[in-house]
Amino acid sequence: MQESKIRVLIAKPGLDGHDRGAKVVARALRDAGMEVIYTGLRQTPEMIVEAALQEDVDIIGISILSGAHMALTPRILALMAENDMEDVPLLVGGIIPDEDISRLKEMGVAIVFGPGTSTQEIIASIQETVLGERAN
Amino acid sequence: MNELIEQALNGRRRAIARLITQVENDPATAKQTIMKLFRNTGQAHIVGITGPPGSGKSTLVNELAKELRRRTRTVGIVAIDPSSPFTGGALLGDRVRMRDLAGDSGIFIRSMASRGSLGGLARATGDVVKILDASGFDVILIETVGAGQAEVDIARAGHSTLVIEAPGMGDEIQTIKAGILEIADILVVNKADRPGSNRTVKALKAMLMLGSGTVNQGHHGPKPVTDESAHNSGKLDDSWPVQVLETIATDGDGVKNLVDVIIAHKTYLQSSGEWKNREFARSKQEIGQILQTEFLDRLYDSVPLKEWEGLIASVAKREIDPYSAVDKLFARSVQNE
Repeated sequence: MQESKIRVLIAKPGLDGHDRGAKVVARALRDAGMEVIYTGLRQTPEMIVEAALQEDVDIIGISILSGAHMALTPRILALMAENDMEDVPLLVGGIIPDEDISRLKEMGVAIVFGPGTSTQEIIASIQETVLGERAN
Repeated sequence: MNELIEQALNGRRRAIARLITQVENDPATAKQTIMKLFRNTGQAHIVGITGPPGSGKSTLVNELAKELRRRTRTVGIVAIDPSSPFTGGALLGDRVRMRDLAGDSGIFIRSMASRGSLGGLARATGDVVKILDASGFDVILIETVGAGQAEVDIARAGHSTLVIEAPGMGDEIQTIKAGILEIADILVVNKADRPGSNRTVKALKAMLMLGSGTVNQGHHGPKPVTDESAHNSGKLDDSWPVQVLETIATDGDGVKNLVDVIIAHKTYLQSSGEWKNREFARSKQEIGQILQTEFLDRLYDSVPLKEWEGLIASVAKREIDPYSAVDKLFARSVQNE
């Protein structure tokens, strides 16, 4: 009777209003059997981390298309650390220049996906990361 | 786990969240958890909010929570959305409408997937509400999945039930059908600025007149409750006049009044003794449910698989009928106890 669904928070921080990508990903994760908490547009880092905490998600996915990822991501990671959420992986998707990918990962981002990533890739990578985290 | 419960009772949000996950995922843990914190429950006013998809439940919950916070009450919110019958996945989108509530430590929102339950709630919703209750939230708002006609579990899950409709719900025949409209303590016509709102309000008021003989603001004026009509309505609390209220949740219009009525309903429940009746009905239902599950589990455990399969096979071959098979199972399990 045990049933541990993968719970994912999908959020769009910052001011850009393009949420199609986030919705496509949310839908794909739903179809892969996950429970997706979708928070919608214009979320502040505080809102995202608080929602992730209340929803006790296994992973946080944020979508940033505005180029503000180097400003928003550290803030989210800092808030996660403040709330003892280092065990929750952060996924960043969006228009991320190659040179920023390694910088984001150095900050502590678990997964970075750029344009053209298939939803299959995203699903597989989330499953692997979450199951790995649970095994710890 | 005890530490987690201790922390949750002290209002630590991460502990509350963790405890909810455990209760959602594993019935055995749920049992242990509820056994430990049950004595801390029973303080909160539990309000169910139901209605069809798109009627504005989430937006209204957002507004209700804001108004309740203005009145210094802390608010726990449990918002349920459906799980896919095919993949088991779910898109829980109620938070999109609740962005105003972010950053308030007097509010805790939890989204739940229905995980195969059909009554508008999830199996674990009752236990999740208990965790929030024990953690000290004054009011708990339960938002059901978008409900059509028959998803009425919410009526037993809480103290006060709000049924939300939007204009254009259909004609008067819809309003006199059995089901969801019967469970309302308060009827809300949301999106009252939309065309057709008056018609919907009228249809609902007409329904109430047909049913209990009393309408608060009917255009024929209030009518007294007669003994006969009280019998006809089949509800215990005939002295609570079900009202039809109009709101425009996106502007907050009518929300103050709605909160006044919700609080008045609580006062009514407590002063009339109906609060106790509802607690009794809920406890009865809960015990029944737990008994069913546990009894089945124990029965499965006490009879060897081979015997089960043997009996099933005999029924399939029409050697015995299914009722006699169950009698045999009972006899066997009593023997083994």
